Amino acid sequence: MQEVENKEFIPTIVAFCCNWCSYAGADLAGTSRLEYPANVKIIRVPCSCRVNPMFILKAFQSGADGVILCGCHPGDCHYMTGNYYTRRRMSLLFSFLNYLGIEKERTRVEWVSAAEGARFSMVMNDFAAKIKELGENKRLQDLRIKGDR
Amino acid sequence: MQRIGVFICWCGSNIAATVDVEKVSEVIKQEKGVVFATNYQYMCSENGQQIIKNAIKEYNLTGIVIGSCSPRMHEATFRKAAQAAGLNPYMVEVANIREHCSWIHKDRAEATEKAIILVRTAIAKVLLNTPLAEGESPVTKRALVIGGGIAGIQTALDIAEAGFEVDIVEKNATIGGRMAQIDKTFPTLDCSACILTPKMVDCAQNEKIDILSYSEIESVQGFVGNFTVTIRKKARYVDENKCTGCKVCMQYCPSKKGLNEFNMNMNTRTAIYIPFAQAIPNVAVIDPEQCIKLKTGKCGVCKLKCSAGAINYDMKDEFIERKYGAIVVATGFKPIDLDNFNEYAYKDSKDVITSLELERLMNAAGPTNGVLLRPSDNAHPKDITFIQCVGSRDVSGCGKPYCSKICCMYTAKHAMLIREKYPDTRVHVFYIDVRTPGKNYDEFYRRAVEQYDVDYIKGMVGKVFPMANGKLLVQGSNLLDNEQIFIESDLVVLATAIEPEPSVRKIATLLATSIDTNNFLTEAHPKLRPVESPTAGIYLAGVCQGPRDIPETVSMASACAAKVIGLLVKDKLKTNPCIALTNENMCNGCSQCANVCAYGAISYIEKEFRLGGGKTEVRRVSYVNPAVCQGCGACTVTCPSGAIDLKGFSSKQIMSEVETICKK
Ligand SMILES: Cc1cc2nc3c(=O)[nH]c(=O)nc-3n(C[C@H](O)[C@H](O)[C@H](O)COP(=O)(O)OP(=O)(O)OC[C@H]3O[C@@H](n4cnc5c(N)ncnc54)[C@H](O)[C@@H]3O)c2cc1C
Ligand code: SF4
Ligand code: SF4
Repeated sequence: MQEVENKEFIPTIVAFCCNWCSYAGADLAGTSRLEYPANVKIIRVPCSCRVNPMFILKAFQSGADGVILCGCHPGDCHYMTGNYYTRRRMSLLFSFLNYLGIEKERTRVEWVSAAEGARFSMVMNDFAAKIKELGENKRLQDLRIKGDR
Repeated sequence: MQRIGVFICWCGSNIAATVDVEKVSEVIKQEKGVVFATNYQYMCSENGQQIIKNAIKEYNLTGIVIGSCSPRMHEATFRKAAQAAGLNPYMVEVANIREHCSWIHKDRAEATEKAIILVRTAIAKVLLNTPLAEGESPVTKRALVIGGGIAGIQTALDIAEAGFEVDIVEKNATIGGRMAQIDKTFPTLDCSACILTPKMVDCAQNEKIDILSYSEIESVQGFVGNFTVTIRKKARYVDENKCTGCKVCMQYCPSKKGLNEFNMNMNTRTAIYIPFAQAIPNVAVIDPEQCIKLKTGKCGVCKLKCSAGAINYDMKDEFIERKYGAIVVATGFKPIDLDNFNEYAYKDSKDVITSLELERLMNAAGPTNGVLLRPSDNAHPKDITFIQCVGSRDVSGCGKPYCSKICCMYTAKHAMLIREKYPDTRVHVFYIDVRTPGKNYDEFYRRAVEQYDVDYIKGMVGKVFPMANGKLLVQGSNLLDNEQIFIESDLVVLATAIEPEPSVRKIATLLATSIDTNNFLTEAHPKLRPVESPTAGIYLAGVCQGPRDIPETVSMASACAAKVIGLLVKDKLKTNPCIALTNENMCNGCSQCANVCAYGAISYIEKEFRLGGGKTEVRRVSYVNPAVCQGCGACTVTCPSGAIDLKGFSSKQIMSEVETICKK
């Protein structure tokens, strides 16, 4: 809807960040004043493995245009193996979503350590730009939710 | 009805310069459930906290949201403030409008709009928060150390020193481990027994330490602070309380052909034996495989000769159950089997030996009384060739991919000791690299080269050929000169890779902790928690976690002890309330959750459910142990029935956050 007339399209992006690495990396991006678009909104979870595929479906259903999951680098998970579960679950989910018409580029898993503020900002800039290019996501959107806005 | 209070922080100008805090609190006031919203310069200050406390009381708030810096900074501060005002500390949420907003955006309108959404999201979450309480579990003030090598000994001594009781369970008949077999120790070349045996005696004499030798762990139940362990005390056929260690039985025992494990099977011992002179406990043990009486019923000589009446052929394994607050694993290592390395002729020639065998050959209490004689004919070897990295750094699959870490140093030690004692011998060392980091270590190695004139050859050995004249022909490459070389040797010593003691697999299973692909026990964090296992209350000391020498083993042991003492001084353990919880009505007992839990926090219980009409049904449902669960949430996603949820990060809460962010 936002594309109508010359109103700029601003995608809605949900970023799940694990408490120990990537959320801290996002904090570091902040401390280092490294900008990324304001339409990226972060949800804090203890571990990337806490992210249920349902949450991602819910996001697309509620009008998200892109969903990104960030966790500790493989081998560095605070809970030892959590991010391995994430990797497996998400590669499955993302190909399934792709099949449903939600392009693979709209979903992403990235490893960002607590020391990688610059990387966090770079990843978010890149992801936000890709989603903007892709345009609005219309698949899965629950009309009722759109209706009562 | 929920009554939410919202507090927007300026953080001086850190937030206020980019985010219109006044506007945020005005807009938020209109949100459903919000009964109070304000903004202040520094919410974390005394005054700021007072504003929070007052509002909680005045407006009878059921939950609060602070829009401020990262929760990683001040969540704890605000939780404390809430608690002080009588609000459950887990009814607090923080919206990060500094690091995730004001600091990374320049446009004031954009940042203000984002701050509003972030605060709304936090409100959406807090509306679904439930009061949580930190759990408590008691601590049994006693520690168990599995393995009585130098690692176990040092850990036990340090724990006992702090006043706690500690048991050492050692599978062999004596404590001491590998260090007892070593002759002299690098980098100082002091005699191993001279520094080890006083510590062994200290263990025996310390009234806080109970040594359960010739014993193994049978089963482990419980969790941090509350382990119950069953220990199998193997029948030693000698009463520990009666045996005086006089060794008279050993003089008379007619069964003399048992291999002496302590001397790496290089000589023999009697069926009844004390492993070595300074053994602790200094008590004999009968090898049931070798004892004539136990095998055929005949003999019984030792019983006749034992004036203390210590021999008891009817002894049975005994099971002891004890409770512990903490467990330290210190099961050490063994040299690898050389079955895969026929090229070195270890099986074909008696004069190809391992480094640990050499330690015994050089030791005054060893099979040759410390005179270096080659095993085949007891002649003095004149040319000795060492081969380093046998089975280490081997990616071919025959050996181990890792560096055994100690071999460069002990080979330099062996070479020097031999050159010192027998200056007429020629000593050659084949090496891939010489790795000697450590205080005074490189100096030590250089002494071998410069002062003792040891012939170090960079290169690998292709094959060792036993020759007709009884010598060994070592064929290798000299990489520096790029040539093949042949060395006729009297003795070949293999610096053999070390691997974890095989029983560690069973121990890891019993303790629900993990091992890596090489069977070394895994630490909780490779950098920051190197002596803790991932399982709370289980600690790791010595080579069972990775190859290391004695100084490093002792440091690790003391670090373990410090961790254990830190645990045992507590009367109660506080447990994180943000953990998994099973909805038993939805659980079908499928075991999926237990399979993904890296901490072994999930077990299954039989529970009776009412079916209505007076009928009941017993079902198997999952139970999350609150003292063990770390709150990662892996299980919650795995559960196909959606029966497990994570307190503090429930599915409903996260869904609600998602929805709020996406609302257009
Ligand atoms: C040839 C050689 C020479 C060396 N020379 C030196 C040197 O000069 N200087 C130096 O610093 N280091 C040296 N080292 C290294 C040194 O031996 C080790 O660092 C040290 O022994 C490690 O101690 P630990 O207690 O971890 O293991 P260990 O000494 O192996 O002790 C482990 C103990 O646990 C017991 N155990 C095992 N499994 C169980 C079980 N399931 N239940 C109960 N008990 C169990 C074992 O019986 C043993 O008593 C040398 C090593 C070798 C091989
Ligand atoms: S009874 Fe067994 S241990 Fe005792 S003397 Fe005879 S063979 Fe040796
Ligand atoms: S939350 Fe993590 S630690 Fe707790 S029970 Fe589930 S998988 Fe195990």
